[in-house]
Parts: sequence; structure tokens; C-alpha cells
Amino acid sequence: MEQRLSDPAADPHALQRSTLRGNAESIGFAIMVAALVVTPFFTYPLFLMQAMCFALFACAFNLLIGYVGLLSFGHALYFGWASYLSAYAAKAWGFTPELAILTGTATAALCGLVAGLLAIRRQGIYFAMITLALAQMMYFFALQAKFTGGEDGIQAVPRGHLFGVIDLRNEAAMYVVVLVIFLAGFLFIHRVVNSPFGEVLKAIRENETRAISLGYRTDRYKLIAFVLSATLAGVAGATKAIVLQLASLTDVNWPMSGEVVLMTLVGGLGTIFGPVVGSFVILVMQFKLAAMGEWVLVIQGVIFVACVLLFRRGVIGEIANWLRIRL
Amino acid sequence: MFEILGIPSSALFGQLLIGLINGSFYALLSLGLAVIFGMLNIINFSHGAQYMLGAFAAYLLLQYSGLGYWPALVIAPLLVGATGVIVERLFLQWLYKLDHLYGLLLTFGLALIIEGVARNYFGSAGLPYIVPESLQGGRNLGFMFLPNYRAWVIVASLTICISTWFVIERTRLGAYLRAATENPTLVRAFGINVPRMITLTYGFGVALAAFAGVMAAPIYNVSPQMGSELIIVVFAVVVIGGMGSILGAIVTGFGLGVIEGMTKVFFPEASNTVIFVIMAIVLLVRPAGLFGRRG
Repeated sequence: MEQRLSDPAADPHALQRSTLRGNAESIGFAIMVAALVVTPFFTYPLFLMQAMCFALFACAFNLLIGYVGLLSFGHALYFGWASYLSAYAAKAWGFTPELAILTGTATAALCGLVAGLLAIRRQGIYFAMITLALAQMMYFFALQAKFTGGEDGIQAVPRGHLFGVIDLRNEAAMYVVVLVIFLAGFLFIHRVVNSPFGEVLKAIRENETRAISLGYRTDRYKLIAFVLSATLAGVAGATKAIVLQLASLTDVNWPMSGEVVLMTLVGGLGTIFGPVVGSFVILVMQFKLAAMGEWVLVIQGVIFVACVLLFRRGVIGEIANWLRIRL
Repeated sequence: MFEILGIPSSALFGQLLIGLINGSFYALLSLGLAVIFGMLNIINFSHGAQYMLGAFAAYLLLQYSGLGYWPALVIAPLLVGATGVIVERLFLQWLYKLDHLYGLLLTFGLALIIEGVARNYFGSAGLPYIVPESLQGGRNLGFMFLPNYRAWVIVASLTICISTWFVIERTRLGAYLRAATENPTLVRAFGINVPRMITLTYGFGVALAAFAGVMAAPIYNVSPQMGSELIIVVFAVVVIGGMGSILGAIVTGFGLGVIEGMTKVFFPEASNTVIFVIMAIVLLVRPAGLFGRRG
């Protein structure tokens, strides 16, 4: 029958591996944390902070596609609007960074609730089209609204003092804050995916009709997952606005939605580390190829095609499959 | 001149005309999407890019071979349709057994490639394409001025839409297509070459998009991003209409074009978003779409 979107490596040795699995994930997590602690001494911290924001964004997106099988093609809505509100709160209202990020996150959660209520009324391909259309609608609102600054965006957002005390203009302090936010988001998603709630989500991904017949109100589960994903995308967007001191139309437009799909696809749909690796790969690529102008778009397109045709498990999915573990 | 609801009739009918023009493109593109989805079970995200390719093909034919609008209207869809056939053979045919979403992702990648290449060679600024001589000018209908070219676009797209509906719903070929949509294995058992039919269907759907692109060239400028914003609106149109019915796609396309045009008259700020708002309302009231089946 049809191959499902994720977890193509399901095999009969799952029981044997389940003891290995916890270990592999812990080791992977340790490597990731070590890398994120060491690398700022060797490369641009600002780039790493940006990459962690996108990594969290991709992890949030992966929560939906990887574990519920729902392809949202409009995640720029939550990322971008959280970014706008966070920037506006910090700049116009003079909020401290943690309150600004909370404002942005709350906006994304609210948008996610409304969009989720509409989008989960349809399945599969329609779900993707609806989320894309709703995101485009909110893009036009961002384009027309006064407070977003139109084409200019909101620039020169003050980083401010965390809790009114710690000056975030200090790059090291900012880095630690972003790292903590990213790791907290990552662990939260890991917890959700491995909870009983997460098991129901996976059941919906595998066979929604059967989950309904077992008595689960799948629409509620899907809605909660959607709101969680939008909220976490909002955390990422709001943090990004403080780090880069900028919120712009790029964050809320459809290519951003496509980019997060690409990051997750490259890293591996439905793997816990895949979106992190994918977003770093894509960002490094954009950084290195920045001089090539529009060819970046073409290269991204080629990666999409190659991933779908040859490489559906993504980087982490292939490694996990090769080592016969789950990552 | 007279007024309707405080709006001069020329402005009102002018916007109605623009609405019908936009509606023509919504109808042609959503028709193509519906035909492709029916046979391939793939949402063709590159539809907008292929529409743009049609416009560029017309532009290039004029620049480099001196072929004008009328030859382009035939040649461009054939050329772009042929690239569609190649795309189906090279890429799409490997996806039919997978989740539908992979088709969306692959065609999204194709759209990025096509748009990126076009931007590299032609920049982001629009290129002009002149209205063919035989359709220049217009006529005064008393209540408004009707440019000949715009009248032609509406008539041509209605003709193409209705012919497509006729072929699919009322001819033997259409019966094969509909049967193959329901049960390809059984249709193959009757000795019909279903894979070839699928390839040609994709080619036809892509050619429809290119045809719309050629018709759009003299109205909008020819530019690399002309397709990507349009395709998202067309997705909303498809969600509103549902892809179950060919006639539904046509009616929804024209209807939404007109509603959008009227919004420009009465509430211009909402003209960009009105179709998305309607989509949200339809989802609340009739989740399966106006003409759709639950899915």
C-alpha cells in the first residue's frame, strides 16, 4: 500500500532496538549540546544564534509533519507574526526581551488556534493548500498594516536587558539565552513526541480512521498538535526578531514556509534531530552561496527534487536507518 | 454616465471586467489543477511557474523568431506541454505509490527551479508584451469602454473551459479518463494504455497553464514571479470549489474573480484578501467545498 510520509524504516526488530534507542538519542543530544557550546568560539555567534532559531522553527514544523502527518505549507505565518509582535513590543512598548518574546509567542499561539480550527476541517493535500492560503492572507495584512513598517519591516529592535538586568547587547549573554530557549524547545518537543499524547499523534499519522474507531477524538489531538507547533514556531520567530533586531516581510512570506519544509526534509521528516541538522545545512548553504544571487533558489529547488526522489529519509533518517537506531 | 450605489457605472463595470479577466485565469488554472489531480493524485505546485513559462515562451518567440501572438497561442502551450510530458516521465511517475504530499513537495521544488532560472536571465522587472494588432482598440458599449483584447480573453477562456468540460464529461475519451481515475487497474485490463493517458493528461494540464500564460502576457507584464502569487490564490479557489467537479472549478473561478473585482470598488483594502476570507467562511460552513466531495 501507500508508503507513509515518515518513519519509512519501520521494521520487525523494533523491540530489540528499543533499549538501544534511548541511548542513541542521549548520545545524539550530548553531541548536539557539546557542538553548540564549542562552535561559537570558532565561528560567528550571530550566525549560530540565527541557525538555532531556524532549527527550533523546523523542529516545531516537524512536530506536525513528522508525527501527525500534516503538511503545513504556511508556517511562516506563526514565525513571521511572532517576529513582528516581538519586535514591536520591544521597540514601541519598551518591553524587556523575555516579555517581548512571550508577546510574539502568544500571537503565534492565537493565530495557530484560529488557523488550526479552519485547516483541520480538511485532510491531506487540502490541508496544505489551506494553511498556505491562510498564511498568504496574513502576509497581505502584514503588508498593509501600519505597525509592520511595510517593505522596511521593523528595524533596529533593541535587544534590551533580560529581566531588566542582563544586557543582551553582550553577544555571549545573548548566545546563552538563545541556546537555553532552543534546548528547552527541543526537549519539550521530544517530551511531547514520546508521551502517551505523542503515541496518539503517531496513530493518527499511521491510520486516522482506525484511531477514530478506537475512540480518540482525532480532531482535538490534531488541533492541540497544530497549536503547539504554531506556538513553538512563534518562540523561534520572536527570539529571531530580538537576536537579529529585525522583523521583515521575508519572515512572513511564502518562501519562508517553503524553506522550513526544505530544512526538515533535508534533515529527515519524523526524526528528532533531522530538523536541526537540516536547518544548519540549509543556512550554511545560503551563507556560502550568497554571492550566487538567484541561483540559490534554483539550488534549493534541485535539493527539493533530489530529496523527494532519492533521499526521502533525509540525512538523519539515512544515518539512523544505516545504524538501525532511531534518532 | 449613471451611478449605481454611489459608484459611477464606468468604474463599476470596469472593475467587473477586471474581475472577469482575473476570473478567466483562476478558472483556467484551477481547471488544469483539477484535471491533473483527478488523474495523477498530485497537486501541481509548479502550475504557476508553468503559466509563467507560457508567457515567457510567447515573449521569446516574438523576440527571437518574430512569431506573433497568434502562432504563440498555439506553439507556447505545445512547447510547455512537452516539458510537462518530460517532467512526468522523469520525476512524477515515481511518486504515484507514495503519499500525495511528496508530489506537492516535488512540484514545489520544480517551481523554485523554473522561477529561479527565469529570474537569473530576465531579472525581476516585468517585460512588456504588446496586444496583437487585430485585437487592439475597443468599443464603447454606452455604459463602459470594452477593450477588444479583454473581451477576447474572456470569450477564449470560457470556450476552452467549456470544451474541456465537454471532452471529459461527454466523450468516449473523457469516459476513459474518468474510468481510469476511478479504477486504473480495471481500465488497463480492458487494454487501455493508462500510463500513457496519465502522461498526456499532465501534459494537457500544463499546456492549459501555458495557454493562460500567453493570454496573460499582454495584460500583465511578463515577469518571473507572475505565477507564484497567482498559484496561491488559485489554491484558495480550488479549496472553495473542491476538485471533484470540472464545472464547479469553472464557476468558482469566474465567480471569485468577479467578487474580487467588486471588492476593489467597494472596499479596496480587502481586495487582496477577500478570496482567502471567503475560503475561511466556506471551510466553516461547507468544509468539503461548494462543489466538492468530502476528502
